[in-house]
Amino acid sequence: MANITTLREAVGSLIEDGHTIAMEGFTHLIPFAAGHEVVRQGKRDLTVIRMTPDLIYDQLIGMGCVRKMVFSWGGNPGVGSLHRFRDAVEQGWPHRLEIEERSHADMANAYAAGASNLPFAVLRGYVGSDLPRYNENIRTIECPFTGEQLTATPALRPDVAVVHAQQADRAGNVLMWGIVGVQKEAVLAAKAAIVTVEEIVDELDAAPNAVILPHWVVTAVCKVPHGATPAYAQGYYGRDNAFYRAWDTIARDRDMFQDWMRHHIVEAADFADFRNRLRLSTGGEKVHA
Amino acid sequence: MPDDFTATEMMTVAAARALRDGVSCFVGIGLPSAAANLARATHAPNVALIYESGAIGTKPDVLPLSIGDGELSETADTVVSVPEIFRYWLQGGRIDVGFLGAAQIDKFANINTTIIGDYANPKVRLPGAGGAPEIAASAGEVLITLKHSKRAFVEKLDFVTSVGHLDGGDARARAMLPGRGPAAVITDLGILTPDPETKELTLTHRHPGATVEQAQDATGWALKVAHSVAETPAPTAEELTALRDLNARTAAAHRKSEAA
Repeated sequence: MANITTLREAVGSLIEDGHTIAMEGFTHLIPFAAGHEVVRQGKRDLTVIRMTPDLIYDQLIGMGCVRKMVFSWGGNPGVGSLHRFRDAVEQGWPHRLEIEERSHADMANAYAAGASNLPFAVLRGYVGSDLPRYNENIRTIECPFTGEQLTATPALRPDVAVVHAQQADRAGNVLMWGIVGVQKEAVLAAKAAIVTVEEIVDELDAAPNAVILPHWVVTAVCKVPHGATPAYAQGYYGRDNAFYRAWDTIARDRDMFQDWMRHHIVEAADFADFRNRLRLSTGGEKVHA
Repeated sequence: MPDDFTATEMMTVAAARALRDGVSCFVGIGLPSAAANLARATHAPNVALIYESGAIGTKPDVLPLSIGDGELSETADTVVSVPEIFRYWLQGGRIDVGFLGAAQIDKFANINTTIIGDYANPKVRLPGAGGAPEIAASAGEVLITLKHSKRAFVEKLDFVTSVGHLDGGDARARAMLPGRGPAAVITDLGILTPDPETKELTLTHRHPGATVEQAQDATGWALKVAHSVAETPAPTAEELTALRDLNARTAAAHRKSEAA
């Protein structure tokens, strides 16, 4: 049965320095609160996997938490660059970042392979692309039936998967809907899983084919309202497009980034405190959760 | 006929026209998304738009800012997982047209969205591949839209992220690629299509107000020009109205979400 606990406790007890973690959510349901907690606890030397690093990994990279990143599209969606990611790759700040670059189709297949307990994924991919020349993990395999040359890449098997969902019940069964990305595959591919949720309810009102993660495949469930903001949670709140745009300015400059992170995230007690600090710094009023 | 329109509007309209009604189209974010949704609002109401976030048959009323906006899933026929969209739908051969943007393109319509400079020590780190390598390989055909400039249209790519016609001729068929590859590149100056034999991009249309020389000057190689270059018909009043309404609804929706 999933342990219903605080995010601080879940991150503190499950994510260790040097771990490989996958914090997934495809534009929707990005587990930002958990990312902040990793920053606050000063985790180091992480290998982070994510199809679209987004702001959540830009923050981890800039704060020096990351040794290596496995990814397939590293931009600020609808805005432009991830400046902390670029600074790490182009200038080695705050330290050199090792990257393993793949395509979306590859990573989606590799999560599915991990969830299936297979050592590698097979796909028709990368033909004519230079990516295999720079990533020795992208190899070819011959189909034993037809002789066709196909692409093989290693399964993704994170130590810990971290996802955000709309609801859990009191036993820790998790329900998510809308764009569900690769979250189910990431959770089933991982040794342990942390799920933050908008709310904990008495009963999940779910159709039989809804995306449910049964409590016995989830290690920890943590209630964190608005835990995906500035991404969105369908049925709860929209994407904070203004913040995605503001991030372009915040993250462009190293000092501004560090000051912003220190004031809003490192010195915040938790995600609710972060939201209050953000509200105050953008001219709003403090509210109590 | 309206005589007042911008080069970007002309590009979007020309790109939209390239999408036939009734096809299934895997849509990239940005310019391709604007063009595909304009097509749906005008001549192609039965186009099935598919986004890599898993939305199939989506009918957004406003343009999404990101590839996974809530608008896409709320208006979709169905939303599937990301592994499913790439495995069953794209690799499964269900996609007629892939609609892509690009940071850089070469004369055989190969695409770079990865780096400028050396891979180990890049001058500019771009976002990377996303879904494009497999869209470019597996979609029945590919439409590409980007603005014309010497920085974007280069003789040699620093990095081939997504395959076009490789080094031309029958190279795609020899590489056993499932799809036919790029069918047209639509820019703010005109339309380029691959030569039937060599597959080298050839300027076949220039937009109203643009000249062949402008297109040549904005291309980093000696641009091949068709014997007779047609003028792209100017946007119709209906097309312009639909595009401007779409942009206005999009701006209003994003203002509203920011005020909330």
